[in-house]
Amino acid sequence: MSDEVSHLNDLYEEVILDHCKNPRNFKALPEANRKAEGYNPLCGDKVTVYLKLEDEVVQDISFEGIGCAISTAAASLMTETLKGKNLTEVETLFQGFHDLVTGKGGETSQMGKLMVFHGVSEFPVRVKCATLVWHTLQAALQQTQEPATTE
Amino acid sequence: MKTDQQIAPPDSSPGADLEFDVEKIREDFPILKQKIYGKPLVYLDNAATTQKPQVVMDTIHHYYVTDNANIHRGVHCLSQRATEAYEQARVKVQRFIHAAESREIIFVRSATEAINLVAQTYGRKQVQAGDEVIVSAMEHHSNIVPWQMLCEEKGATLRVIPMNDEGELLLDEYEKLLNPRTRLVAVVHISNALGTINPIQEIIERAHQQDIPVLVDGAQAAPHFEVDVQALDCDFYAVTGHKLYGPTGVGILYGKADLLDSMPPFQGGGEMIRSVTFEKTTYNVLPHKFEAGTPNIVGGIGLGAAVDYVSEVGWKNIAAQERELLLYATQQLSALSGLRIIGTAKEKASILSFVIEGVHAHDVGTILDQEGIAVRTGHHCAQPVMDRFQIPATARASFAFYNTREEIDVLVKGIQRVIEVFK
Ligand SMILES: Cc1ncc(COP(=O)(O)O)c(C=O)c1O
Repeated sequence: MSDEVSHLNDLYEEVILDHCKNPRNFKALPEANRKAEGYNPLCGDKVTVYLKLEDEVVQDISFEGIGCAISTAAASLMTETLKGKNLTEVETLFQGFHDLVTGKGGETSQMGKLMVFHGVSEFPVRVKCATLVWHTLQAALQQTQEPATTE
Repeated sequence: MKTDQQIAPPDSSPGADLEFDVEKIREDFPILKQKIYGKPLVYLDNAATTQKPQVVMDTIHHYYVTDNANIHRGVHCLSQRATEAYEQARVKVQRFIHAAESREIIFVRSATEAINLVAQTYGRKQVQAGDEVIVSAMEHHSNIVPWQMLCEEKGATLRVIPMNDEGELLLDEYEKLLNPRTRLVAVVHISNALGTINPIQEIIERAHQQDIPVLVDGAQAAPHFEVDVQALDCDFYAVTGHKLYGPTGVGILYGKADLLDSMPPFQGGGEMIRSVTFEKTTYNVLPHKFEAGTPNIVGGIGLGAAVDYVSEVGWKNIAAQERELLLYATQQLSALSGLRIIGTAKEKASILSFVIEGVHAHDVGTILDQEGIAVRTGHHCAQPVMDRFQIPATARASFAFYNTREEIDVLVKGIQRVIEVFK
């Protein structure tokens, strides 16, 4: 197999393809007390994040929207990872995820399944796909009214 | 690479164009020779911008090496040469689109600026509260937003000609939209997102029956076939240089002289004036009235070289080659299961938008890129078109006369890879 093919396999890891085809927590959340919409103007990806936050802990989280494989899998894996985490842990994971997909290295021991996104750093134009849902989450946490964008 | 050359020009009348050899043509475009990730570049993003032939680059280089000066103001030799080259380029473009006079050719920055110029001058003067402007459902954002801004400012209404599922405008519906409050019809000649060639002549005729002027967005049309603005009888025609094998940063607004004369100027500054005092300024004649400040001199000259090059390749050759590519690609892509072509109008230019079931266009683009294939993915600055077809984005392969059947075979293999990754 050529190098290009292996790069591609790094990006489209089995786990990513699985989460793209069968996204977890893909639904509206009626009990949500936070909600934000995100939009990536480059590819038209749209995502809504629903959050039920109590005592600074993510009790429940879900998402809806349309997007590419990377953004859908990022949303699916983010919701899976963050359930039960407190706000400090969420912030650490966001920082870690951002460093991972932008190739900055950094601390990865807490990242768990999110490590499947390491291949994204080889594809600079796809970084925004991976981070859109995280930016949207931040908007939900800050409850800003403006839709989050990756710009 | 060897290419089938059985396609004869459809009409080989005397004086027809020279024989067409795609390999020879490709020699004129040095950028095409390179490899991307070790694979031959397959450049299929021509609707975004075309590559530049050597002669355009040489012309630009030559201008800076030997003639560079500001134009229209110096008595010295270099300024005269630069002015002459620039004004010659204007005449070349005039002939290229068959305008009656060279003063009807306004050099602008791009098609976007051409349309904004008309909206800000003609539009602001003619459109008042309660008036209407008509666009179509398949416009590029650059032929929507300037009119929306104008309508908002004036309290006017934007009307939209709808289209069918093939991506063809509904002319009966268009007819119903025309009324005494309509001040302008602004319609795209060829859709960049769908490839549709609109029946622009008929659109113009119907508007003219009610004395309504028509602006045609020709950004995608000018590279694909011979445009004759007099035969079309359009009132304005917008062209962008970089999609026409010319440099970026230069475009053309064609306007009928009497209309341009009646319009207020666009920007104020040097060159567009006849005399200035603090009490009053009188404006220069056409085309200078609309060309405030030092223009993109080398851009204009480069565009002149580009239209000469296109004429030399010949419209018959271009039409034959691009039709062949479109037919072949349509046939090959249609055979792939799960792939759907968006834009299936009867009259199409060599632009092929498609979606693959279960795969987002962005992923298609990334995987094709790894094969050295450049296509465009996204909404193509035509979000209303995406909404009409209820899709977030498409992948788009757009062909120029320097593309080959072999490149389409590479594209098909690339798409098969995409399908494999996501199966
Ligand atoms: C149909 C159409 N109109 C207008 C434009 C705008 O051209 P430019 O960006 O060069 O001004 C484009 C470019 O994508 C186009 O395809």
